[in-house]
Amino acid sequence: MKQGLLAALFIARKDLRTEFRTKEALNASVSFALVVLMLFSFAFDLGREEFYDISGGLLWLVYVFAGALIVNRSFIREVPNDCLDVLIASPMPPWALFLGKTIASFVLLLIVELISLPVYGLFNNLQWVHAFWPLFGVMTLATWGITITGVAFSAVTVNVRLRELMLPVLHYPLLIPLLVGAMQVSTALIKGEASDIMQELRIVIAFDLIFTSLALYLIEFILVG
Amino acid sequence: MRDKAIYILGILGTLLMIWNLHTIFVVLPGEAAQGQIGKMLFIHVPAAITAYSYYAVAVVCSIAFLVTKNFKYDSVAVSSIEVAQVFTLVNLVTGSLWGHVIWGIWWTWDLRLTSQFMCFMLYLGYLLMRPAIAEATQRATMSAILAIFAAADIPLVVMAIRLHNVRTQHPAPVLETGGVDATWWPPLATGYFVLMLIAAALVLVRLRQETVRREIDSLRRELHAM
Repeated sequence: MKQGLLAALFIARKDLRTEFRTKEALNASVSFALVVLMLFSFAFDLGREEFYDISGGLLWLVYVFAGALIVNRSFIREVPNDCLDVLIASPMPPWALFLGKTIASFVLLLIVELISLPVYGLFNNLQWVHAFWPLFGVMTLATWGITITGVAFSAVTVNVRLRELMLPVLHYPLLIPLLVGAMQVSTALIKGEASDIMQELRIVIAFDLIFTSLALYLIEFILVG
Repeated sequence: MRDKAIYILGILGTLLMIWNLHTIFVVLPGEAAQGQIGKMLFIHVPAAITAYSYYAVAVVCSIAFLVTKNFKYDSVAVSSIEVAQVFTLVNLVTGSLWGHVIWGIWWTWDLRLTSQFMCFMLYLGYLLMRPAIAEATQRATMSAILAIFAAADIPLVVMAIRLHNVRTQHPAPVLETGGVDATWWPPLATGYFVLMLIAAALVLVRLRQETVRREIDSLRRELHAM
């Protein structure tokens, strides 16, 4: 168990180091998030109050689109030179490899989110600083849900034809309950009406727990067969 | 043997359905508040329960495949999901028609409609992914995993759309609240039984296709080896 966790951290460090050297996924994801944010300003012509009502929903749309670009790369980056086969054949358990990749994607997506949040606030004249820490908590919980399922699907689709098309088709419907919860909590926090968010938060936490345990258990079937 | 079962189930299902439709449209009076359109219940609700029954079969078979690696389970799972998708579509379309007459709108994002639609989308992903994986064992394994993920997601979808600030238009489920007249129960139960029979016949037809396809694949591989 301890060995596995150490191996997971090692994989996460390797993935993050590779990513920070090229910044391929990070740059693409941040610029994509900015483009979507800009498009929102053309798509909606709302009053200030009305925009606050949908602020959490829009925020999570940006995050989930940007997340697709990050998790998509997770296992595909190991395909050239048969690196994935070597990683699977190594003595480390498959769940450790999967957990490491999820941690790396989680950190990357959280960075993208932390960059886009102030830009989102700036573009739309939203006051979010008062709710930063609770928002950061929701971002952490929901981002974990997005990455754990996204990286699992990235492993499922690694040998699939048209995998770039398949991943969102499989991933987004699964994320609906998580996103419904995260969107409503975020809207409530930004509006400063966060007295009754436990029900929504419970769904986000339940999603994280169910899919983390399911993915860690099933990953051996996905990677080894 | 399987061919005989298909014919028996199909003929029995059709005859029972004709008899049941006669009861529904000729014998029973219209619904007190909604009139004849209220009889949509006899197709709408059994279609949904039939779909869920076959989704349940599919998840059990998917787990069985992962444990045993027996391709029969994979065939049953994919056949059940395809048939369940058809019945989910029947449920969505009849619901939409019913809604158009009673609510005046074709669609609304409320609890049951959304959960049913999400269920349809989740398993649509399953059916779209299958042909994209060439290797049989990998296809079956990945499909089984997707079916398990989808099944784990459904309770969460239901939980999420029951949140207090999500709009709702659908009435409280009449089957749970005892809002159905005693004379309506027998045709409703028969409706479910009939659709289960027809669905079983369809699953068996689809299962035969899967078996033949697997045989053709193995013959093709043998040919390549030669």
